[in-house]
Amino acid sequence: MESESLPRKIFTLCKTLVRKLVFRVLRAGPMPSHIAVIMDGNRRYAKRNRLNEGAGHDAGAMALFYLITYCYELGIKYITAYAFSTDNFRRKPQEVGKIMSLLRESMALLTKITKHQPVRVHFAGNLELLSAELRDGARKLMEATADYSKIVVTICVCYCCSDEILNSVEESVLEKYYNHSYIRDSHDDNDNDDNDGKNTITLVDIEKHMYMAVTPEPDILIRTAHEHRLSNFLQWQTSYTQLASLPIDFPELNSWQLTWVILDFQRNYDYLARKKLQR
Amino acid sequence: MDFARPKRMLYFWIDKIGNVLFRLSWHLVHAIIYLCYFTMAMLHGLESHLISRGLLRKYKYLHISKINYLAIVIESEEACRTSNVIQLLLWVATLGINHICLYDNEGILKKSKDVILDKFDGAILFQDTHENNMLLDQPCMTLEFVSFSDGKEAVARAANVLLMKYIKSRAAGSNQGEQIFSESEMSEALKTVGSGGPEPDLLLIYGPARCHLGFPAWRIRYTEIQHMGPLKSLKYGSLIKALYRYTTNLQIWYGNKQVKCSAVLPWKTVNLGKSNRTPSIHGDS
Repeated sequence: MESESLPRKIFTLCKTLVRKLVFRVLRAGPMPSHIAVIMDGNRRYAKRNRLNEGAGHDAGAMALFYLITYCYELGIKYITAYAFSTDNFRRKPQEVGKIMSLLRESMALLTKITKHQPVRVHFAGNLELLSAELRDGARKLMEATADYSKIVVTICVCYCCSDEILNSVEESVLEKYYNHSYIRDSHDDNDNDDNDGKNTITLVDIEKHMYMAVTPEPDILIRTAHEHRLSNFLQWQTSYTQLASLPIDFPELNSWQLTWVILDFQRNYDYLARKKLQR
Repeated sequence: MDFARPKRMLYFWIDKIGNVLFRLSWHLVHAIIYLCYFTMAMLHGLESHLISRGLLRKYKYLHISKINYLAIVIESEEACRTSNVIQLLLWVATLGINHICLYDNEGILKKSKDVILDKFDGAILFQDTHENNMLLDQPCMTLEFVSFSDGKEAVARAANVLLMKYIKSRAAGSNQGEQIFSESEMSEALKTVGSGGPEPDLLLIYGPARCHLGFPAWRIRYTEIQHMGPLKSLKYGSLIKALYRYTTNLQIWYGNKQVKCSAVLPWKTVNLGKSNRTPSIHGDS
């Protein structure tokens, strides 16, 4: 047994060294600060490998943890993953149940990790759609890690960008309405003209109420399974984001594909940085 | 003997030389990638030429009817190339796609809209069509010109419309419940402020990088996005390939079941024939 595991250990060590060397070369150029990923292809992966559907989602979760590790090694501060869309509630109840139990396990694992590593965990989406247990777990984890800033992991759950925009508009309307009522109730006639400007909703008001307001806009958005759609994910935040479509399923995402995506980003970095400055 | 200072100097120089070596390696990797992309561009150019000549059988038939609304995003620095834009629109119109949205971030295309509209007989502005529902029934070409002010800023203007509506409804004493506004109310508010176009089926990006440059977020939820390269490298064959890729990789959702469909359905097809710039259009009889 010892002689069988030794070559494997050496192989794994060599792989790790090569990866670290490649990452070190990558870091010689401009690096993204925020990577977003659509975790597409878990079910296809399970079907192709003759696994049950739940195993595909397990493999996807494992791939996400590896991705977070690689981003940590590369010094990428923000990672956002599209774990569960509001539309996904239409899937089979067994599959939805499996994803929810996976979310529960992932929260438990993240809770253990964050005890030793300064990882901030943020859940973006309409958390009211989750069960009370998951919602409370998510809120506790967010509160416990709110002060960490070395790496920020955002899990988009019960999320749709159109829902995010609508929610943000609602919050802005309510804020202005109650502000307007307060000023009207305690108003000074001379201040009316000044207050009219403050009662108009601006883009700044909309953006501060977004679920994703804690993170900057992504530099790269990766979608797997060779899809070329955003599927209602971060289309508000990705005006100047490099969109990368990979012809593999998400559980197969590894450090080499990540390297390729970052090299592509570095190729276009001057252009994207110029466009962001021009805004 | 004190070795601390020489040791520090050694580590300093190792670090410096290491950084230089890594930087050189980075440049070497990017030089190799540049050569790869250059080679791929040559091959794509050749493929586009063959497609234009009708020599690749696969691209001879396009099921254009699946594209009800096409959006084209153009990098603002290239949007002033009006002749290229007109050429692109001519190709798209000849292929049978009549409803097109043109977007550039800074609104350069909006300034050229009169020049562009003049080139297409009977083309009308999208804003002049009365109802979105009637759009598909319009026999003539409709063009929509969109910029950044129709995206995020339009959502802010729509929010103010909804704010007024909310103030009135509260003054009238109605109780909104948990959710104040629905998606349809948001869409209506966007229409009120003049930014209520339909969701495109396909979005083609003409620019150096694959990013949508701020196209209205409310309208690209499930839109297929394809990157075409810079506008100055515009090729008819690349356009055909992009449309072919979209129309043949059709995924029909039946509830939770996803079915990949590449069957030939009785839609309007375009026979590209052998001539390269003037395809003929044949309807199904």
